[in-house]
Amino acid sequence: MTPDASVQTTPLTERHRALGARMVPFAGYEMPLNYQAGIVQEHLHCRADASVFDVSHMGQIEISSPDGPDAAARALERLVPADLLALRPGRQRYAVLTTPDGGIRDDIMVARLEDRLALVVNAGCKQDDFAYLSDALDGCDVVMHSDRALIALQGPRAGAVLAALAGDSAAMRFMDVRALNVGGIPALVTRSGYTGEDGFELSVAAGAVEGLFDLLVSQEHVAPAGLGARDTLRLEAGLCLMGNDLDATTSPVEAALEWSIGKARRTGGARAGGFPGDARILREIEEGPSRRRVGLAVEGRAPIRAGTMLSTEAGASAGAVTSGSHSPSLNRPVAMGYVTRDAAEIGTRLVAHLRGREVPVTVHKLPFVEARQKRASIS
Amino acid sequence: MLKYTEEHEWLSAEGDTVTVGITAFAAEQLGDIVFVELPEVGAEVETGQEIVTIESVKAASDIGAPIDGEIVEVNAAIVEEPSLVNSDPLGEGWFFKLRAAEGTSLDAFMDKAAYEAMTG
Repeated sequence: MTPDASVQTTPLTERHRALGARMVPFAGYEMPLNYQAGIVQEHLHCRADASVFDVSHMGQIEISSPDGPDAAARALERLVPADLLALRPGRQRYAVLTTPDGGIRDDIMVARLEDRLALVVNAGCKQDDFAYLSDALDGCDVVMHSDRALIALQGPRAGAVLAALAGDSAAMRFMDVRALNVGGIPALVTRSGYTGEDGFELSVAAGAVEGLFDLLVSQEHVAPAGLGARDTLRLEAGLCLMGNDLDATTSPVEAALEWSIGKARRTGGARAGGFPGDARILREIEEGPSRRRVGLAVEGRAPIRAGTMLSTEAGASAGAVTSGSHSPSLNRPVAMGYVTRDAAEIGTRLVAHLRGREVPVTVHKLPFVEARQKRASIS
Repeated sequence: MLKYTEEHEWLSAEGDTVTVGITAFAAEQLGDIVFVELPEVGAEVETGQEIVTIESVKAASDIGAPIDGEIVEVNAAIVEEPSLVNSDPLGEGWFFKLRAAEGTSLDAFMDKAAYEAMTG
């Protein structure tokens, strides 16, 4: 294969090749679609054991303020509807960067450290996000850490695997963040992920990531998994893919992400509004959006893909599919899409238009596969 | 003797009946196959006409008829269990059989050595 100068690689690219990965371009990076086991086996392994994913293409951006981390959180609140002032040190939260029209620029993870905020943003958005944050967060120091790599360890055995290498990880709960020493490698670890399983994301210096990857895949019950499995895992978990399920036209309320909009930021809250697109987004929380992201169970075996049009059984236009694939866990096709308000109720029967055929689909609750994150018990 | 097309199909002739499937190379490239849609038995097909849809986890692909003829049998087993195309593409993973139109010759298709040279 001729190397293409415009395509970037992660520090693990030699490892992927050595493992026989099928490499594909994704968001400007050459990434492993799957290893020799294939997407289905890698997916099932993650649901049963623990899998390692290279997600070093994602952007790692840190925000600090000379006035302290609360000032950085207050500044970032002007760009997202999440309640970031309530985010305690050592905790992480999901947020969306909104557009002036109330659409979504990117969906991001925000971790509150002792002295700063650490963000993970989508690979395809990271340059734009960095420019936007640098410009919009006047007075804050915004740094993109291109010298860091990111590895996800996901699956029901992820907790035991990491506990053996970093004992302190055992006490972490879903969305905790801690600086840990993992088998001698300093890592910023969050207990979160993109599969619906328990698991971690580990941010390490680029020069240390081969060692960490080798250490993790050499553990019992651990196997590498590629972006193909990552996509089917997140779809089963009902998680959105920026660019597919989220874009500048979809509001967080249409996307069924209003859980990420804190009470303090809603109408009547202590810091209501004050983010781009707040008028539309707060109105949609009150009145309901005109369309809504839903899960779709598909009759038969043929996957319905992004872009497939949906109609009601009576033939009226109902919306479109934004993500669709075969579900390895359920061994049948599943999809997500946006449908009109009238069609969004669970159990509503719709029709997908696939290659000139009409395929019956039913609005299905999300996630398709129950989430198993290690949430703190409510006492 | 097997013949191969540039679209990564294999053809096996017995009299005027030709069995068609996809090569191991193609199955490997597609990855895990999860859905196959086959033509109707009795359908008259023309060379290049898209008559099979294959879905892998990642994407859909269409397969064209390699020659003119009439579909005389399809492999229902791969509709029930699409992974057979991955596990045994030249055997249990065959797609369909067609009766070749009169005067059809397979001579112009590649032999094994030529196909292997093409796929490198």
